[in-house]
Amino acid sequence: MAGTLAAAPGLRLGRQTVRFDLAPATVAAAAIVGPREGKGPLGDYFDVVKDDELVGEKSWERAEARMLAEACRLTLRKAGTRVEHVDFLIAGDLLNQITCSSFVARELNLPFLGIFGACSTLAEGMTVAAMTIDGGYAQNALVAVSSHHCTAERQYRMPTEFATQPPPTAQWTVTGAGAVLLAARGDGPALTMATVGKVIDSGLKDPQNLGAAMAPAAADTILQHFQDSGREPDYYDMVVTGDLADVGRKIALVLLEREGIAIEDRLFDCGSNIYDPDQGVDAGASGCGCSAAVFAGYLMNGLLTGRYRRILLVGTGALFSPTSYQQGETIPGIAHAVALEAQDAPG
Amino acid sequence: MSELLLAFAVGGAMCLLAQLVLDISRLTPAHVMVIFVSLGAVASGIGLYERFVELGGAGALIPLPAFGHALVQGIVEEVGREGPVGLLTGGLRMVALGLTVAVLSGLAMALLFDPRG
Amino acid sequence: MGALEGDTRELIRRHLPARPVLGNAVRAFLVGGSISVVGQVILSFFENRGLARAEAGSAAAATMIFLGSVLTGLGVYDRLGRQGGMGAFLPITGFANAVTAPAMEFKREGFVLGVGARLFTVAGPVIVYALASSLLVGIVLWMLGMTDPGVRGI
Repeated sequence: MAGTLAAAPGLRLGRQTVRFDLAPATVAAAAIVGPREGKGPLGDYFDVVKDDELVGEKSWERAEARMLAEACRLTLRKAGTRVEHVDFLIAGDLLNQITCSSFVARELNLPFLGIFGACSTLAEGMTVAAMTIDGGYAQNALVAVSSHHCTAERQYRMPTEFATQPPPTAQWTVTGAGAVLLAARGDGPALTMATVGKVIDSGLKDPQNLGAAMAPAAADTILQHFQDSGREPDYYDMVVTGDLADVGRKIALVLLEREGIAIEDRLFDCGSNIYDPDQGVDAGASGCGCSAAVFAGYLMNGLLTGRYRRILLVGTGALFSPTSYQQGETIPGIAHAVALEAQDAPG
Repeated sequence: MSELLLAFAVGGAMCLLAQLVLDISRLTPAHVMVIFVSLGAVASGIGLYERFVELGGAGALIPLPAFGHALVQGIVEEVGREGPVGLLTGGLRMVALGLTVAVLSGLAMALLFDPRG
Repeated sequence: MGALEGDTRELIRRHLPARPVLGNAVRAFLVGGSISVVGQVILSFFENRGLARAEAGSAAAATMIFLGSVLTGLGVYDRLGRQGGMGAFLPITGFANAVTAPAMEFKREGFVLGVGARLFTVAGPVIVYALASSLLVGIVLWMLGMTDPGVRGI
């Protein structure tokens, strides 16, 4: 046993889950989205809906950075916190080398931890932020995540004016940015636990079928969370997945049922709900901006107004690059879960 | 009038076949296009493609296999005129107009328009 | 659970939606056929101006390529592709779209390294393998002695 370090008693639960003693509060959040997202069923819950996807910038990449920066600033304004008083910026996006986040970090001039979890980046960021705060390394941390339909298309798939015919499993990358400020002290839903996901490979290879590729990872993390925490599914009013969309959601439910977890009545997928079916988006939405914008806009609203008291937010990411899939590699997935509970919810 | 109907039918049929190949094989559109343009070259070589052209006019000349057909016809003509060097020069000669227009139109559109996403 | 077992993979495959093969085929037929009709009108126009079939064909193809390029520039061709699938990609107008779309897209990376270098990003394979296959066919025909002038006409 010599040399083994034991974590502080009670902070690690099972194999993949951690408990936050301080339960950092999500004191503020903001969501900035594009026009298509604004026209969807959750349109009213976003803080800002842009008129177009270029927002007056010279390229879509710059537009995405503009939206991410705006989400950060709006969040801080809502929290009444000055930029200089933020201890860490933890941010990520889908672009190569997460340049969007880096440029925003430059603009905000903050100590920056760049992360990549594909579309699970929000949940990953919130986990890292909560760990830094709970560990006493920060009083607060700003988590920010974005994606943009056009930057994702031109990087991962085809030029945007190319005449593609997406299959029914295809998902539309969200143009949206979400930011969340977590703090050691404050009002707002508390982050009580997080389950860090493992990379799970479904064997699927099609970049136009990401929901199915990510579903096993989502099921695995959700299962692990319940095992590690000892909680029952009905502890949570909602289990929220990031962007499995219609196809992935169905598969995740089937996989969970096989293990005895039946949560069809409370599984809410951001990707299935951010657009209307008649917006022509095939299976639904994808992109880290999906869970970020839906969380920062719609879900935060629900938690603050008491529509729900406890949710398990499960960000889902598909881990691939244009090189990997062209070389015939599979597309593995990862999912991270964070438990958010209204501070006065019975514990 | 019957010309137009035949063009519609022949062109439509080739696209329908390509779509079936795409959906059933799950290959990418680029792969299917490569297969079809190569098949066009082969069909041209065995004299079959000319039949399609006689039957369908533009219906056979507009879809991509016609590109393979044009290359082969160009090679055949050029070899007849210049000998074996025509194997390498004849193809591009025949499609020079289309290829040049494609590149320069692409450039022109890039100069004039921005992508709209 | 890092990599899933076969029976789980099978379970997933069973829940994947099927492609609307019939619907796609019909749409491809209609869109491809319509584009061919436009091509026929243009072809007839050139033939009536006195061009021989071969030249008229070239001229019609070039015109269609230009049209496809313009429709891409106007941001319209991608919508045709969504509906028509191969009915929009297979015609020469689709080739024009495949060249014009990356040209427009990568303008932001500059005209040399963006537009210039990536113009053939999508259409490249077609040109490479069309040249290769036509050369092979040509060699076979030549070896079979079938390349005398006048033996075949278009």
